[in-house]
Amino acid sequence: MAVGHVEEPTTTGLNHRKLLMWAFLGSDCLLFGSLISTYMIYRGKSVTQPINPRHVFNIPYTSVSAFVLLMSSLAMVLALAAIQRGDVHRMRVWLVATACLGMVFLGGQFYEFTNFATVKGLTIGGNIFGTTFFVLTGFHGTHVTVGVIWLLSVVAASYQGRIKQQNSLDVEIAGLYWHFVDIVWIGIFTLVYLVPAM
Amino acid sequence: MADEQRRLRRRSGVNEAGHPTALRYVQIALILSVLTLFEVWVYYQPALSRFLIAILLGLSAVKFALVVLFYMHLKFDNRLFSALFTLGMTIAGCIIIALIVLFRAYLFASV
Repeated sequence: MAVGHVEEPTTTGLNHRKLLMWAFLGSDCLLFGSLISTYMIYRGKSVTQPINPRHVFNIPYTSVSAFVLLMSSLAMVLALAAIQRGDVHRMRVWLVATACLGMVFLGGQFYEFTNFATVKGLTIGGNIFGTTFFVLTGFHGTHVTVGVIWLLSVVAASYQGRIKQQNSLDVEIAGLYWHFVDIVWIGIFTLVYLVPAM
Repeated sequence: MADEQRRLRRRSGVNEAGHPTALRYVQIALILSVLTLFEVWVYYQPALSRFLIAILLGLSAVKFALVVLFYMHLKFDNRLFSALFTLGMTIAGCIIIALIVLFRAYLFASV
């Protein structure tokens, strides 16, 4: 629990919003588990022309995207550490840095999707491989977009004086969501991009 | 007394809120970066192709655990949070294994 955080008494002794966030993250694992397994089953499959994922993916490029997302997680925890010290200014700096890194990741994903569709002929409706790939990575991208909006709203709330050391839990909960997006990408990067087709 | 406690906490890598210090966060980020670089290096080593899946899954699990334990603070937080998340992860793992087993014939088909 954050220092000086004012809590309403609960039956578990735990903050309900934080408990709800963990319950949501646990349930979101099911969504991504289903999408990842569907992708793995249909990887490279097409009734018209089988595709080798190794010829489609650009591993060095995606590695940079993975690195960007990992660094955004570092910026997020540094924002939390700052607000727990009562340093609102530094928290804003790190939150904006996190959101910017998130936007860099999204820009990279947009470029990758465009490149796959226009150069490599992999589209969402072209074959089952394309469908499962774009649905999985698209859902992840949507989560990143929601995260960026959330982080920027926390920054906006801090300018209205609503984010202080006493309610650092608001930043912590936003951080939990952001780190979840990061760990999902750790799984996607390995299972979708690096593990070769069976 | 308070200074002494703060010094002891900092030495153990934990701040006043019971979370890791900024230095510990940076150390974790360095480890995560090195592991990511190692993953990509392994991918391009033909000599390791037999063990590629096992190595990649192992590295990915370590990265996952580092983020969950230190950045999401599960190592320092109440066990109920860990239980909720582990339950979701376990069911998700079962879904992946069950679907792959169910569709294993299709997995090796050419189309």
